[in-house]
Amino acid sequence: MNTIENIILQCKEATANPKKAIDDFYKETGKKSVGCFPLYCPEEIVHAAGMLPVGIWGGQVDLNMVRSILPAFACSIMQSVMEFQLQSVYDSLVAVIIPSPCDTLKAIGQKWSRENVPCIQFVPPHNRQLKAARVFLKEEYKAIRDKLEAIIGEAISDEAIQESIKVYNEHRQVMRKFANVAAKYPDIIDPVSRHEVMKSAFFMRKEKHTALVKALISELNTKEVKPWGGLKTVVSGIMLEPTSVIEVFKEFNIAITADDLAQESRQYRVDIPEGDDVFDAMAGMWQEMYGCSLAFETDKSRVKMLREMKEKYEADAVIICMMKFCDPEEFDYPIIKKEMEYHDIPLLQIEIDQQVQYVEQIRTRIQSFTEILQESK
Amino acid sequence: MQEKQSSREMLNYYLNKSYSDAIEGKKRGELVCWASSIAPCEFCETMGIHVLYPENHAAGIAARHGAEKMIQYAEGKGYSLDICSYARINLAYMDLQSCVAENIPLPDFVLVCNNICEVLIKWYENIAHELNIPFILIDTPYNYEDEVSERSIDYIVAQFEHAIEMMEEITGKKFDYERYDEVMKMALDSSYWWLKSMELAAAKPSPLKGFDIFNYMALIVCMRGKSGCRDTFKKLAEELQERIDNGIAAFKEGEKFRIMWDGIACWPYLSHNFKTLKAFGMNMTGSTYPTAWALNYKKGDLRTMAKAYTSIANNLSLNAQIDLRVGTVDTYHCEGVTYHMNRSCKTMDFLQHEMQQKVAERTGAPFISFDGDQSDPRNFSKAQFETRIQGLAEMMEQKQAQEEK
Repeated sequence: MNTIENIILQCKEATANPKKAIDDFYKETGKKSVGCFPLYCPEEIVHAAGMLPVGIWGGQVDLNMVRSILPAFACSIMQSVMEFQLQSVYDSLVAVIIPSPCDTLKAIGQKWSRENVPCIQFVPPHNRQLKAARVFLKEEYKAIRDKLEAIIGEAISDEAIQESIKVYNEHRQVMRKFANVAAKYPDIIDPVSRHEVMKSAFFMRKEKHTALVKALISELNTKEVKPWGGLKTVVSGIMLEPTSVIEVFKEFNIAITADDLAQESRQYRVDIPEGDDVFDAMAGMWQEMYGCSLAFETDKSRVKMLREMKEKYEADAVIICMMKFCDPEEFDYPIIKKEMEYHDIPLLQIEIDQQVQYVEQIRTRIQSFTEILQESK
Repeated sequence: MQEKQSSREMLNYYLNKSYSDAIEGKKRGELVCWASSIAPCEFCETMGIHVLYPENHAAGIAARHGAEKMIQYAEGKGYSLDICSYARINLAYMDLQSCVAENIPLPDFVLVCNNICEVLIKWYENIAHELNIPFILIDTPYNYEDEVSERSIDYIVAQFEHAIEMMEEITGKKFDYERYDEVMKMALDSSYWWLKSMELAAAKPSPLKGFDIFNYMALIVCMRGKSGCRDTFKKLAEELQERIDNGIAAFKEGEKFRIMWDGIACWPYLSHNFKTLKAFGMNMTGSTYPTAWALNYKKGDLRTMAKAYTSIANNLSLNAQIDLRVGTVDTYHCEGVTYHMNRSCKTMDFLQHEMQQKVAERTGAPFISFDGDQSDPRNFSKAQFETRIQGLAEMMEQKQAQEEK
C-alpha cells in the first residue's frame, strides 16, 4: 500500500467514526471534545484549551424523534444534528458551540436541550465592514472563552490562543495547497478521496491533520501529471454529501478541481490576520471573508469568484450543491444562474439532502449534464 | 382630512396617501427607499425620503389574490419555492413592476433591520445587487440570552450613526437634528397610540374584531413616523373606549371564545379564516402584533432606541418569547391559541414546538397548529384549518365546562 492510499485510508477512518476519534483523543490526552457547529466556529479557542474541536455537520440517520420538535423544512444538516442530539450521540462532548448567522441556527441554539452538554451560542455580525462589528465579534469570542473556561474549570490564556491561531493558519494554508495540488491529479485524488481528506479535519487536532495533508501533498508532487479525459468542475454550496452522491461524480469521471463548499475549502479561504489581540485578530478574519452566502456582501462577490474559479481551474462547468431548505444559499442561486447564463458557463444545480436514500434522480441529472458537455467538447 | 372621519376611513386615507406620495415623489425625482417592516423609520422620515415597505406590498398583493402569478415568475428565475413568499413576490415585482395592488416605484436605496429575520438580508442583498443601489443595514444580533447585551447595543448604535452618514451621502443633505427630534416624538406617539388601542381589545367583551388588526397594522408599518398614523390610532382608541363605555361588543352575537393567533396572517385566505373563527364564536383578541411596533425609547437616546429595535419578539431568546406569549394570553384573556406553521417563516416556526408546550403548561390554554403560508396560496388547506379550529373550539368548550363545575 503506497503512502497516498494509506493517508486517504486514515482520513476515511476518521470521518467514518467520529465517536472513536473522540474516545481515542480522551484516552491519549485525558481531554474532552467540543462540538463545533457550522459555520466559522472559532475552533482556535477550543484548541487552545488542549481539547479536540469536533465538526458537527450531521450525517445519515433515520429521522424519527426530530420530527416532533422540528418542522420538515429545516435544512437536512440540522435535522440530522437534532436527531443525533435526541439519540444522545453527542453526550460525550463537554459542550457545543453554535454560531447563529441564519434563522435556523438561531433556533437550533435555543432548542439545544442536552443538560450535560451545554450550548455556547454566538452571533457573527452581518455589517462586517464596520469597525463596530469587529469590536462586537471580539466581545462575542471573549464570551465564548469565558463560558468554556467556566465549563471546563480551566483558564484558556491569550498566549495559548495565539499559538492555536498559528496552527490553524498553517492548516488553512496547507488545505488551500492541497485543493490546488489535488486539482492536478484527478486520476489519483478522486472526488470521494478529496472529500475524505477535507472532512477528516473535523475529527483530528489540526497539527496532526496538517502533517498528514502535507505528507499527501509531497507524495502527490512526485507523481506525473496526466491528461484528464473526464470533465472538470467547480462545486459550490454548503456541502457535497452523502458519499453516495459523490460516487456519482466518480462514476461519470467528473473531477472536482476546485470547491466553494462551506464544509470544505470555504472555511480555509481567509487566514486570521496577525495581531497581538487574539480576539480582535479572529474577528478580523470574519471581516475579510468573502464569497460566502452567510457573509453579507451587496456586491455578491461569490458570483464573480465562481466565474474566476472556473477560469483559473479550467473547469468545464459549475455545479451548485443546493442544501435543501438553506435560505442563504437559495437566495444566491438565481443571481449565480443569471451570471453563468450570461457568460455561457454550464451550470447544474443538484439538491443536497443528507438523508437521501436513492441517488437515481441525481445520477440522471449528472449523466445527462455530462453527456451534453462531452458532446460540446 | 375631515375631523369626523372614523379610524377606518382615516386608515384607508393615510395608507393610500403613503403610497401615492411615494409614487408622485418619485416622478418629481425625489428619493424612494424600500425598507423592512420594523426598520427604524426615524432616519428616512427626517431626511424627507419616501419609504415603501415590500412586506406590506406583498401582503396586499396576496390579499388581492395576485400572489400566485408573481411567485411562479420568481420561481422561474430560480428562486426556490422554499423561501419566503413575500420575498418571491417582491423580487418578481422588481422585474415586472406590475401587480394587482399599487404599482410602487423601484427604490433608490434599501434599508433593512434584521430584527424580524435573517432572510431580509439575503432578499434585499439581491435587490441591491440587481438594481445596483446602496444597502443600509441595521444588524441587530440575535439575543440568544434573556437580556440584550451591552456589546450588542454598542454595535447597533454605531450602525445608526453610520446609517445617518450614508443617508447624508445618498441625499447630499445634512441630517437635520431638529426635524429628527420632531420625527422621534411622532414615532413614539404613534407607537403609544397603536399599543393603547390594541390593549383596549383586552376588554371583555372585546370592542375590536381581532382580524381588524391585520388591516390597521398596515398603517403602523408604513407611516409610524407621520402624524396621520398617530391620529388614526388615537381615533381608534377613542372609538374602542366609547364602545367599551357603552357595552358594545365587536361580535354582536356574543364572544364565545377568545383566542390568541400566533404568527402572520394567511393573506390569501383572510376572509375564510375570519369566517371560520367567527362560525365558532371565536374572536382573536391576542396576537404578537400589538408589541411588534410598540417601540419605546428615550427621545434622542440612541442606546434606548437600539434596545427597542433589537427587542422585537422574533429577535428574543426562547424564554423571552415564551414570556411574551404567556403575557399576551393573560392580558387579552385568551382561552386558546392557534399557531400558524407558516411555510414562509422559519424564524417563527422553528421554536414553535417549545413555545406551544411551555405556553400551554403555564396558561392552561389549549392550542392547535395549522399549516399555512403568509402569501403563497398553494401552501394552505381550508379543510385542515377548519378541522383544527373545530378541534380548538371543542377543547376550549370542554375546559369552560370543567371550570363551570
